[in-house]
Amino acid sequence: MTVEATAGLENGTLATAAAGPRPWRVAWPDWRPLLLGLALPLLAAAGWEIVVQAGLASGRLVPPPSRVAAALWKLARSGELWPHVGATAARVGAGFVLGGAAGILSGLAASYSPLFRRLVDPALQGLRAIPSLAWVPLFLLWLGIFETSKVALIAVGVFFPVYLGVMAAVLGVDRKIVEVGRIYRLSGLALARRILLPAILPALVVALRTGLGLGWMFVVAAEYMGASEGIGYLLVDGQQLGKPDQIIAAILVFALLGKMADALLMALFKPALRWQDAYQGGR
Amino acid sequence: MMVPLRAVPDVEEPAATAADGGAGRGLELAFDGVTKAFGDVGVLRGLDLTIPAGQFVAVVGRSGGGKTTLMRLIAGLDSPTGGTIRINGTARRGLQPDVRLLFQEARLLPWQRVLSNVGIARGPGWKERAQALLAEVGLADRAGDWPYVLSGGQKQRVALARALVTEPGILLLDEPFGALDALTRADMHRLLTRVWRQHGFTAILITHDVAEAVALADRVLVLRDGVVADDVAIDIPRNARAAGTPRLAELERRILTAV
Repeated sequence: MTVEATAGLENGTLATAAAGPRPWRVAWPDWRPLLLGLALPLLAAAGWEIVVQAGLASGRLVPPPSRVAAALWKLARSGELWPHVGATAARVGAGFVLGGAAGILSGLAASYSPLFRRLVDPALQGLRAIPSLAWVPLFLLWLGIFETSKVALIAVGVFFPVYLGVMAAVLGVDRKIVEVGRIYRLSGLALARRILLPAILPALVVALRTGLGLGWMFVVAAEYMGASEGIGYLLVDGQQLGKPDQIIAAILVFALLGKMADALLMALFKPALRWQDAYQGGR
Repeated sequence: MMVPLRAVPDVEEPAATAADGGAGRGLELAFDGVTKAFGDVGVLRGLDLTIPAGQFVAVVGRSGGGKTTLMRLIAGLDSPTGGTIRINGTARRGLQPDVRLLFQEARLLPWQRVLSNVGIARGPGWKERAQALLAEVGLADRAGDWPYVLSGGQKQRVALARALVTEPGILLLDEPFGALDALTRADMHRLLTRVWRQHGFTAILITHDVAEAVALADRVLVLRDGVVADDVAIDIPRNARAAGTPRLAELERRILTAV
């Protein structure tokens, strides 16, 4: 058999496997599972609405969807909501950037230097074991009741998953691929940029997403410990004034903001992770 | 979709002898009492041998016989415990810029497209050179593909192009065809012979497969217990080897006994 013939054959099978000018396929999501998953909560909400509208329950403690929507609409319409959203987003943003940067740097240091790892990692693991909300009184004492203590608490929440994720990712980089870089005499910078960074990027994104999720969790605690602004303040305010519709509205805003921040983070990294999408699309 | 590999004559190869390596860019490789030990375990126990520039040498031996260690020493990935390795007469240490390695796995970067993988060393004009080498291994039209869409044989051809793009004086091949099916392996053998003739590098092929060794090489070294147990010249023209002459069978038997 000639080389031409086998090469053609090889390509023939590939051409059928990955047709089209681009080697990856766009897979449209199947909406049916989503609809099925939504059925129960939607049904429950509609049911409660009917019960309250029919006068079978007052809905004073558990407001029906219409009342929550009205509260949300009122907050948004009056413009009262936006400073709260801005304050919370700024806190999470600042805490995420600080905690994320610290997590990435210490994760890199811990994975590059065994000395740093032996010196610092046990202490960090010890600190990680402390339930983060236990820091609240200390942070209030040290950093005051204003923004600094809130941002610090969020940064602490973001730091640990990012630190752990980056350390594990660098330690897990395939030694064989790094060897290729050495053989082709890539400089330290080129090795980091072209081999190490892309190799850890998928794990780094997962770590950052986990960190961001924790950041949203911690902002609630931070705003609970005293704030005059923020979605968390709306929660406290709703509790103190007995407005459960406002509490649920604030919870919905939290969910929406968290989801949007996560989507934004994913979108930021998408161009750099296209090779991975392609890889997974091909399986 | 056909990928036209350049004409690889199946039959009408010119008479091949030990000296038919082409362009003469190869480098001479010499070992003076080279030893390598990991802890108390001596893997290589005194290698003295010279490989002339442009020669195609196959190294056979059992697993754990020191074949891969030898390869890593030549590439400069590890340092010998004792003795010296000379390239064109100069003692060398550390990573060798004129030595390239083809591994058992292609080791392509999954996050770079084929062209960027071939041109991994970059440098001025790397795209054109990478494209030219891809054409040479018959994959000119796959430059923009991700590595994962390639078959095992195609991945190794990309790895071969990557190794050749910097025009190495010595090419080390650490069982690069072990995981391929028989037909693809035969294609790769023809391709390797062709690029070896064209580029004239010194080729050192590590293999378990004695038939592969005698089909491709000018000379077969049998590595056993850390020393060269036999050094066999394959004094048969390459175009006569496929036929399976009695002389070839005899050499193969001799090597199998030495292993």
